[in-house]
Amino acid sequence: MNWLTDNKIPLGAWMESFVDWLVSAASVFFDFISITLETIIYTLVDSILWAHPLAVIAVILIGVWFLHRNIGLLVFIAASFLLIINMGYWIETIQTLVLVVTATTISVLIGVPIGIAAAHRPWLYTMLRPVLDLMQTIPTFVYLIPTLILFGLGYVPGLISTIIFAIAAPIRLTYLGVSKVPSELIEAGLAFGCTKSKLLYKVELPAAMPNIMAGITQCIMLSLSMVVVAALVGADGLGKPVIRALNTVNISQGFEAGVAIVLVAIMLDRICKSPATKNEG
Amino acid sequence: MSVVKIENVDIVFGDNKAKTLPLMDKGHTRDQILGMTGDVVGVQNANIEVNEGEICVLMGLSGSGKSTLLRAVNGLNRIARGRCLVRDGDIMVDMAKCDDATLRHMRTRRVSMVFQSFALMPWLTVLENVAFGLEMQGMPKAERLKKAREQLKMVSLDKWADKKPDELSGGMRQRVGLARAFAMDTDVLLMDEPFSALDPLIRSQLQDELIELQKRLNKTIIFVSHDLDEALKIGSKIAIMESARIIQEDTPEQIVLNPSTEYVERFVAHTNPLNVLCGNSLMTPLAQLAVKEDRISVSDDIWLTLENGKLASVQGPKGDIPTARWTPETILANVPENTVFIVPANIAMRDAVELRYHSNMFMVLEDKDQCIGILNDHNFYHALLGKHFGREEVAA
Repeated sequence: MNWLTDNKIPLGAWMESFVDWLVSAASVFFDFISITLETIIYTLVDSILWAHPLAVIAVILIGVWFLHRNIGLLVFIAASFLLIINMGYWIETIQTLVLVVTATTISVLIGVPIGIAAAHRPWLYTMLRPVLDLMQTIPTFVYLIPTLILFGLGYVPGLISTIIFAIAAPIRLTYLGVSKVPSELIEAGLAFGCTKSKLLYKVELPAAMPNIMAGITQCIMLSLSMVVVAALVGADGLGKPVIRALNTVNISQGFEAGVAIVLVAIMLDRICKSPATKNEG
Repeated sequence: MSVVKIENVDIVFGDNKAKTLPLMDKGHTRDQILGMTGDVVGVQNANIEVNEGEICVLMGLSGSGKSTLLRAVNGLNRIARGRCLVRDGDIMVDMAKCDDATLRHMRTRRVSMVFQSFALMPWLTVLENVAFGLEMQGMPKAERLKKAREQLKMVSLDKWADKKPDELSGGMRQRVGLARAFAMDTDVLLMDEPFSALDPLIRSQLQDELIELQKRLNKTIIFVSHDLDEALKIGSKIAIMESARIIQEDTPEQIVLNPSTEYVERFVAHTNPLNVLCGNSLMTPLAQLAVKEDRISVSDDIWLTLENGKLASVQGPKGDIPTARWTPETILANVPENTVFIVPANIAMRDAVELRYHSNMFMVLEDKDQCIGILNDHNFYHALLGKHFGREEVAA
């Protein structure tokens, strides 16, 4: 036994030297990503916070009305936002929403094409699967450390960690949707003279759309579940008061911040879900 | 003029074609080859020529390779060996070897297809579905929607244009499928068991509609079916397939009269000959009737007299029996009962039975003004009981 512990394999040390090497070799690249993402997020947050909260809520309500035409949902959303403002978490909520939306957008922009590529090349999915499993099962705190070193404190490491955690959903569901397209629809597309790209845009993607939408919804929820973790590396948002409450054993603050997170989660879920189910019907 | 020409086509599914093809040549069966190389032989040495305006039916049970062969015609299935030629203007294009651009040209302009499971895009409206192929032809939107609307009118679904396919019944969906294929204005139409998923009444109605449309549009159609009655009804030529091979290719009547193998015979045994057979294949030829004192004996007390090979009179026990010439335009009600009809040799069996029912008498068949035989109850029973396709009998 002693021999085993004495001759420790330096797995951790290898990883550390790899990260060190990344920092020294590609710091310009990581800085560039960091600055770009930070600018995007700050601009979004600042411009939304510049407007009056009630005006922002009104714009959101109008958007939701055009999507769903459901009075009950509007009432719920309006009430939730008013409660959040009442608790004093308006700024944090907007920061969280921006973080979630940015993370989802980037995940979808990267994940959907990867999912499509994997559906067309079985070998690619065989290679991707263990990577996706790893990204979803490895404790988030573990890769929080290297992202922190590579991207510095603030929104960006939180965003990157969120993307690593959430991107598997759009990849998997896009893969599922595209590879599940009925073969007769593919045949019909080809028989009527589709090119490869026409087949993708006119047959495969529309047929896979319900699954892709489900992937996006899941991606949003997974991103939201990361807000508290992201707060640990300095991302502003609803995670911060939770951490602060934890550190000061402040039950009332923790509860209120928790309620705000739950309200945001329910709102996002309701807003995203029904277009997907409508497509399925 | 041949529009589709399939020459020595082999289709193999699997990765060991180099091993499989020689085994096929050595005469190994499909099952043996599956065991030896793991490849599935889809079609073996198929040869068919389909002429302009013909409806060629590929007939066989599931797994016989008929759909596989059909899909070779528009290149959905790659063929391992042989040629599959489709007419493009004055040239014949080999669908197996042409490049992608030519293949797309053939698919958008020359060959369109109707599917068994309809294969309509569920997210498009009925109208957009019909316009789908036109979009691939590169037709501008307004124009293609206008044309799609005309096609929908043709299959009388114009009121359903803005509905989604899942709001339609099965029969309506397949009419949309037909409209989508016809909208392409292609010379060749491939139909893969288009009516199999429909209930019998709708099926027969759509078959009639197809025959009507075909009369107007004169397409070249290759039609896959597992139903011999359907094949006999719509086909001008039938190719019967069994385990990857074409075992008989013939006109509907010849299939029913001369099934080449026991397998075909079993199919034919369950069909209704009324729609298929003609008088001259049912009749008792003149030569087989007894002749006495220049008179031909039809039965114990009925006799025929001929003059220069033409029917002169029919004598019964109570003197001459009236005769009448029948054409498809004849109105039966105007002809008294107990009249002997003189009918053309190619009269359909259904018409002949109708005449027999009306007149209570046998019929005399004429071909080119020559009396060639008679048709009586015995001939009808013979056909209805399927006695006519005993292969031994034909050989004798």
